[in-house]
Amino acid sequence: MTDGPLGVLAELTHACPLACAYCSNPLELTKRSDELSTDDWRRVLDQAAELGVLQCHLSGGEPLLRRDVVDIAAHASGLGMYTNLVTSAIGLSRPRAEALREAGLDHVQVSIQADEAVLSDRLAGISSFDKKIEAARLVKELGWPLTLNVVLHRQNIDRIEAILGWVEELGADRVELANTQYYGWALRNRAALLPSREQLEHAEAVTRAARDRLRDRTDVIYVIPDYYSRYPKPCMGGWGSRQLVVGPEGDAWPCLAAHELPLPRANVQEHDLAWIWRSSPLFSAFRGTDWMPDPCASCERREVDLGGCRCQAFQLTGDMNRTDPVCVLSPDRHLVDEAVAAANADPASGAPTSPGPVREPVLVPVPALVSRPHRAD
Amino acid sequence: MNDTVDAQRSGAGPSGTVPRTGRPHVARFAKLRYDGARERHVLLGPETVVVLNPTGADILELCDGHHSVADIVDELGRRYDRVVDDEVTQFLARLAARRWVAIEEDTITDD
Repeated sequence: MTDGPLGVLAELTHACPLACAYCSNPLELTKRSDELSTDDWRRVLDQAAELGVLQCHLSGGEPLLRRDVVDIAAHASGLGMYTNLVTSAIGLSRPRAEALREAGLDHVQVSIQADEAVLSDRLAGISSFDKKIEAARLVKELGWPLTLNVVLHRQNIDRIEAILGWVEELGADRVELANTQYYGWALRNRAALLPSREQLEHAEAVTRAARDRLRDRTDVIYVIPDYYSRYPKPCMGGWGSRQLVVGPEGDAWPCLAAHELPLPRANVQEHDLAWIWRSSPLFSAFRGTDWMPDPCASCERREVDLGGCRCQAFQLTGDMNRTDPVCVLSPDRHLVDEAVAAANADPASGAPTSPGPVREPVLVPVPALVSRPHRAD
Repeated sequence: MNDTVDAQRSGAGPSGTVPRTGRPHVARFAKLRYDGARERHVLLGPETVVVLNPTGADILELCDGHHSVADIVDELGRRYDRVVDDEVTQFLARLAARRWVAIEEDTITDD
């Protein structure tokens, strides 16, 4: 047996035609001229396969903006990895899609921002809804399994029923309804994005019904916003435990948001992936439970949630060693409670209050919303 | 025999059983392969990895849409020289419930 990672998330580029206000990319985007070459990616994937990686997620930014995405997909697939494209679907033309199919790509995940063009295009910062629907149909037509990825937040969560209508209409095999995680861009925009408790209850009831209805056709995955949980999530299944991320410039990370942490970097241009995974100070920093302070160190849940998310601890408290403030046992929980209280204080400024089966899109004025730039040139 | 078929169309029946005439195949989204690093067969999906024990791997390799559940039970019974009914049906029921395996029924005729 191996203690190697199961999956690698290859963030091929930070460039993206979309400009979502909750983007998981860093605030400082990598320039296109600093991106790894095709050969670099081939080498990284070879090393990943050697380490035991079985799944490769081609992501970004928008991975289709890499001209060599077909070559990279073919390489991952040739190594026997389950190869997955995580895309906005902008740029998924029929010839491109056919080339990716030929290259052995196994699965496509298309992001959907809302159920209709006006809200969707406003959230994405570009006219894109109709192209996404068209591309999702193409994915199915070419015989791929289709996952729809929906990031939920205050401005689209009330549309969940109509979004699930698209899931059914497009014949998606999976849908990920994932509430926004508040790091980086999303943390900046938290006041405009964090839903109210009432919105969540409505969304969860709709999701339960859909899960029942679509039971034998579609996997409906719902990720709650951890601000409304009592305990934190076991982030990434544990630090340096199952997954690794490689960014456009070759920096490797135990999770998507870890680039924010004050830790020494580990770059695939300087080190072998095996050394980075097994021995680098970065990947060793929070492995296991020895690093934990109290209340985690003496908590019976320490093996369950593994102290929660280091990035969340750092972003909310300035100290990456503290217990995740989402935990009710954390001395910092008030930081989360204050944000939740604000999200529930003034329904008029955010969500509509009367839950109904289908609503007209509510265009909330969002002066504070900071869009990430479309491209990183 | 055919009476119970409709209720079991999507694989696992209410009691976690599978129809013996059904012909299972690995789901279209999934990939079955041997992983040299872990020295095990694995079933791969977009977000999940199922590490298989040797019996599970043998069962899944026969899930080709041609062998029926009864065929698989017979074949593995021969191979291992013991009764494997429950092992096979329970394993398939578990995977069918998670949609890793789809079980197609033969066309039902009136005669």
